[in-house]
Amino acid sequence: MAALYAFLVVLACGIIAWLGAGAGLGTIFGIILPYVAAAVFIVGVVARVLGWARRPVPFCIPTTGGQQKSLPWIKASPWDNPTTASGVVMRMALEVLTFRSLFRNTSLRLDRTGPKVAYSSEKFLWLFSLMFHYSFLIILIRHLRFFLNPTPWCVRTVAFLDSLLQVGLPVMYLTDVLFVAGLLFLLGRRILDAKVNYVSLLQDYFPLFLLLGIAATGIWMRYVAKVDVIAVKELTMGLVTLHPALPSQPLAPSFFIHLTMVCVLGIYFPFSKLMHMAGVFLSPTRVVPNMSRRAMWVNPWNDPSIKPHSYAAYEDEFREKMVEAGLPVEKKA
Amino acid sequence: MANCPPPEELININYTTPVKSWMDTKTLFKPGNFSYPTKPDILKYLGMPNPREWSPMDADWKLPPDWKRIVTEKFRSNLKKYRSLKVFMDICVRCGACADKCHFFIGGGDPKNMPVLRAELLRSIYRGDFTLAGKVLGRLAGARKLDEDVIKEWFLYFYQCTECRRCSLYCPYGIDTAEITMMARDLLHEVGCNINWILEPVANCNRTGNHLGIQPQAFVDMMDFLLDDIEEITGKRIKPNINKKGCEILFITPSGDIFADPGIYTFMGYLILFDYLGLDYTWSTYASEGGNFGLFTSDAMMKKLNAKMYAEAKRLGVKWILGGECGHMWRVINQYMLTMNGPADFLETPVSPLTGTRFDAAAGTKMLHICEFTADLIKNGKLRLDPSRNDNFVTTFHDSCNPARGMGLLEEPRYILKNVCRQFYEMPENTIREQTFCCGGGAGLNNEEFTETRLRGGLPRGNAVKYVRDRHGVNNLACICAIDRATLPPLCDYWAPGVGVSGVHELVGNALILDGEKKRTTDLRQNPLPGMEAEEE
Repeated sequence: MAALYAFLVVLACGIIAWLGAGAGLGTIFGIILPYVAAAVFIVGVVARVLGWARRPVPFCIPTTGGQQKSLPWIKASPWDNPTTASGVVMRMALEVLTFRSLFRNTSLRLDRTGPKVAYSSEKFLWLFSLMFHYSFLIILIRHLRFFLNPTPWCVRTVAFLDSLLQVGLPVMYLTDVLFVAGLLFLLGRRILDAKVNYVSLLQDYFPLFLLLGIAATGIWMRYVAKVDVIAVKELTMGLVTLHPALPSQPLAPSFFIHLTMVCVLGIYFPFSKLMHMAGVFLSPTRVVPNMSRRAMWVNPWNDPSIKPHSYAAYEDEFREKMVEAGLPVEKKA
Repeated sequence: MANCPPPEELININYTTPVKSWMDTKTLFKPGNFSYPTKPDILKYLGMPNPREWSPMDADWKLPPDWKRIVTEKFRSNLKKYRSLKVFMDICVRCGACADKCHFFIGGGDPKNMPVLRAELLRSIYRGDFTLAGKVLGRLAGARKLDEDVIKEWFLYFYQCTECRRCSLYCPYGIDTAEITMMARDLLHEVGCNINWILEPVANCNRTGNHLGIQPQAFVDMMDFLLDDIEEITGKRIKPNINKKGCEILFITPSGDIFADPGIYTFMGYLILFDYLGLDYTWSTYASEGGNFGLFTSDAMMKKLNAKMYAEAKRLGVKWILGGECGHMWRVINQYMLTMNGPADFLETPVSPLTGTRFDAAAGTKMLHICEFTADLIKNGKLRLDPSRNDNFVTTFHDSCNPARGMGLLEEPRYILKNVCRQFYEMPENTIREQTFCCGGGAGLNNEEFTETRLRGGLPRGNAVKYVRDRHGVNNLACICAIDRATLPPLCDYWAPGVGVSGVHELVGNALILDGEKKRTTDLRQNPLPGMEAEEE
């Protein structure tokens, strides 16, 4: 049900943009909405991150994933159980760049005769997530050519490498295929895997459908509608140079659908789970080194008024028995 | 275990998810799936809210009249105090990588034991009360309103989490269910919904110095019994110091090990080792508890109980503290102790008086793990060992959750085991080290009434033990945790019969060759050593 609702919301976004552009509302969908979206995205993300960062991390609670650094002759795991800042940088780099925790994923199989509980490596989620995220990144980099004039060499190089497998004309980008494949896997898994399906909410399906919509319209523009790229760049350059104007040549409706969905994504982003992108850098079980036995981790709201039940009170209660048992006491009875 | 179905029955676990949304499934309390609530006098002694007689099976939980406001305000305040809570509420993408990592889910199949859903129990209220989308869209956005059924659901499922952190290892964002469970329990305390098995030990520990409520004279008596046994086995009478001022080292270990089989053999192992070394050390009756059930209660309570360690070290004038084998105790010492009760600048960085090794890993807390201490002794050839005295045992090692995922103490105990016994085999790799499975009784759930759920949760561990039992003839599960020593024996009897449980230092005590000892014919359990069966007669 949640999936259907999410699909309908995305569909509505597309239809509104299509109708709007057709009704001559190009200024709203081509200029005002992108500015609003950019503002909401930037302010929203910054506010969200500051909101997290403002909250203290009272305790040093890394999840240790390997041998601690203790005796010099015992091999420590500096990446999975870092004690220093550089170790944490490595742990986070592996986490963010290679999805190391997800790489550990296993799947469970229960053989009731025996019984036997078996665990096998489960890499599909890792593989398709990685594929999806990296494709997304490269697609974003490729899109910089719409916002920078002249297009920097690095952006051109990325686009060139992305099109190395020349298929058809215009050349097909590898990342377009991998991006959609990744999304379809994530969506399929969410619908077909009973456990994941059971915990999935509207907000889990919505970004998937939205990104699929963005990808579909993007691919449509490039390979089918063959939109006027010069006109698109005229609009986008106007937006980034703060001299917004609709291009002289009319833009295809598919472009407006694409752009509107991107804007919706930008507006939705700061309020959603998509913030995991920034949140992972503030997750106390990952970004904190395992150092609280070596040096003091300070809790800003530590309450010094919390005291133990004192030894004096303890001895007062048990003094006679202690003396009888031959235990030393501070005060004689 | 009288009411628990046999393994053949219990193994019929249904992993299929219900048709109804989890928000519509009713929380069902039945004997064996929950722990008894705290007795009113315990809550009164601790000064905690809403002491009363009640049972989770009752329809009316006798919550305070303004309970809703109390819970919401506490939630709001905790969201400000802990970045962990706020971030973990916000960033879960429900990828489900954690779903089949929880031992209670594996052994029970209840979807609300999937870590992701356990967190959603709290997150759904967070959305409803603290996010705009949740307030506007309500259930459509995964939000719901706080009502009494939610409190009941929280009580069941946040006392069906052992805070083992296995899910946190697999989470791409490190979302830690232990942290979420702690926060939820914190909210439940505010309205007086908590369990006696945690808070009675807390109250005991506060008053008598240990969870079991052992008074000082009884501590001395119990130790005397163990010293008698040691004398009978080794021919040596050991005279340890208790509450003595001016020693170099204060030794603190969980009280469970002075009290019950098989922990007592580990306790004897400590006594034998320290006597062998001629260590200048003392026990304390005031700080006679290594464990800290405050960790399962609230950070204020954890701090209060933990503070005794430094207070006693200061009073006795020791140079540093040595800590025994215990799981959650070491999460507290490694991750909370110095923050809560430091700095410990009246102590010195631990230096082994035998080897001269300075333990910089403990430079802040000044508290050393016995396995680090002993591993260093063995490495430097300071122990005369006869591992054949452990030939009765074919041993495997259970990593306790907290030393594994809250510290990273993985190799030290293994190094010791490999030196004190000749037959050692590891369990499958997905079940040990940082991937280790809980005994099912952590976080204060090692009580009798919870046995059925504990044994369910013990399936993954028990099954891994069974695997090495069948394959290598393993008959001894060594561990470094006093709760394990209480929970693993019934778990093994149930899932892997024929396998016993020991501490690491029990095996050290067996292997250690003392000066002037008599020829040993039995191990510390007074079972005949291999080849000595006849001499026993």
